[in-house]
Amino acid sequence: MKRPARKSSRGAARFAPAQVTTTSELAALQRAMWKLISRPLTAGSRMPRRWIDGRLTREIAAQIAKPNDRLTSFDRLEIYSRVYWFRVLDSLYDDCPGLRAVLGGPRFMKLAEAYLVRYPSRSFTLRNLPGRLARFIREQPELTRPYTALCYDTARFEWARVEVFDTAAFPLFTADDLRSADPARLRLNLQPYLQLLKLDYPVDEFILAVKQREELSRGEASNTSLTAPGEPVRATKLPRPRAARTYVAVHRVEGTIYFKRLAPAGYKILTAIRAGRTLQQALTAGIPASLHPQGDWAGAVQGWFKNWMELGWFCRRE
Amino acid sequence: MPANKFNGFTDYGVGLGLRIPHYDHILSKKPTVDWFEIISENYLVDGGRPLAILDQILEQYRVVQHGVSLYFGSAEKLNRSQLRRLKNLVRRTKTPWLSDHLCWGSVDGTYSHDLLPMPYTFAAAKRTAEKIRQVRDFLEIPICVENVSSYTEYHVSEMTEWEFLTEVVERADCGILLDVNNIYVSSKNHDFDPYDYLRGVPHHRVAQMHIAGHTRFEKYILDTHDHPVLDPVWKLYAHATQLCGVTATLLEWDDKIPSFQEVHDEALKANDYVAGARAAVPPRPAVASRGASRS
Repeated sequence: MKRPARKSSRGAARFAPAQVTTTSELAALQRAMWKLISRPLTAGSRMPRRWIDGRLTREIAAQIAKPNDRLTSFDRLEIYSRVYWFRVLDSLYDDCPGLRAVLGGPRFMKLAEAYLVRYPSRSFTLRNLPGRLARFIREQPELTRPYTALCYDTARFEWARVEVFDTAAFPLFTADDLRSADPARLRLNLQPYLQLLKLDYPVDEFILAVKQREELSRGEASNTSLTAPGEPVRATKLPRPRAARTYVAVHRVEGTIYFKRLAPAGYKILTAIRAGRTLQQALTAGIPASLHPQGDWAGAVQGWFKNWMELGWFCRRE
Repeated sequence: MPANKFNGFTDYGVGLGLRIPHYDHILSKKPTVDWFEIISENYLVDGGRPLAILDQILEQYRVVQHGVSLYFGSAEKLNRSQLRRLKNLVRRTKTPWLSDHLCWGSVDGTYSHDLLPMPYTFAAAKRTAEKIRQVRDFLEIPICVENVSSYTEYHVSEMTEWEFLTEVVERADCGILLDVNNIYVSSKNHDFDPYDYLRGVPHHRVAQMHIAGHTRFEKYILDTHDHPVLDPVWKLYAHATQLCGVTATLLEWDDKIPSFQEVHDEALKANDYVAGARAAVPPRPAVASRGASRS
């Protein structure tokens, strides 16, 4: 059962507890402060003057923080609010160069802020911050219209890059593992880090162009961008890609991320393997039955598997 | 103290924070560095470049883990899946001790990714100490808590920051990572004497120190880690080493990071103060007065 909110001397419900003598009061104080500092800032990067219920924010800030001779309670808590928002927005800014390029800096920041209000971080690491961005773009299409489909693909692609970077790799599957294997029963395993994407836009090429443009905007001796986070990069504006069905594998070689275009059949074979289908079932899923008789499929499929093996995409089951 | 149970009875000297812009230099030039401090969260992953780099570093250097997201002071329970990952990393690095901050930062499973200041109350100290003990018992290594820089104070507080720190570490029986720059920053923001703070903490529990740069604004100071260490902080560090003895010291430089050599040169300035402290008569290892103990 929830404890009723304490009343202040004037009868209004207190925003924050007047004392912390129990763990539940500690939790109440932390919830109150978090509510205050995680509310989006104004256009001038200030905490809003009015709270959601119409009270002055400074009145509820005063329930939490002491003022000093230089700063009011509001001012002191505002430091934390600004640090929070700058940190999470900067993190998304760094993770999403493609989305920024599609939407432009100001519109991207609006999207990022709305996303963080709807989906604040639920992970101990900022790495996972963009994990639900593609879903949010679909849920709130008005924030990205008329580029929603392109933004959706771009967010999926940029999240795939995060996943590829540091997801596990298992011991490689080798030709020896094929000895006496029955193709009808053989199930291959893909490396957990390998990301397979079916896209409506050629986002891979677009991201490469974005990265090249951003590298041009960096000084050679500096590890920091010449532009501050949130500012549009001062370089030639990239044309947004036109719709074109694209199949891409995002993978890594010795720690570096690469993108590789796949043929539609190759994509279908790989996704079937990932779904746990046997090799025979995967091949059947990838190659339409009417095309089986055509001789060049054998050569193509053989080439794909040789290439995928060389890239280390297959692993032993752990 | 130089070697105590809170730092695994080690005497590590002057270390540096391991940062991405320095990876290439460190791996190719293999500079002599006493030890590196890593941010645990950067390596709580399942594979890829972060762990590959870490493994190369571990072949050459001693590494100590420092965290930013355990949030001992959050009222909510610890994140068990995070702890399991942390334990795997502890096994990998063989860190002699593990540190994180005396702060809160998560509420009902939502993370602020910030180091939010504690209300200095007995209830908060009790809850915080309980969680530190749980972490230590799970990870099976010594834990040290670091004092944070703060920009606000709470009405509900019942004691000073150093009394609260003492209350927590005594209850948890854990070590202190004494961040001298943070003491200085908070002393200016809250108008207390940083030397009172140094005198007030239990010196025998200090297992490591941090030094760093900060930025002064018109009405407050921000802990930015983007500058060399300023003179008042060096003086405070010298006093801290006199009081606590020479202990593992680390320079934090996390933003506008200059060349490896520049960061290393700045860190090695600590040796001047360390030499002075080593020459001095060792202080008597005594528990500082606990002005806020509750009967």
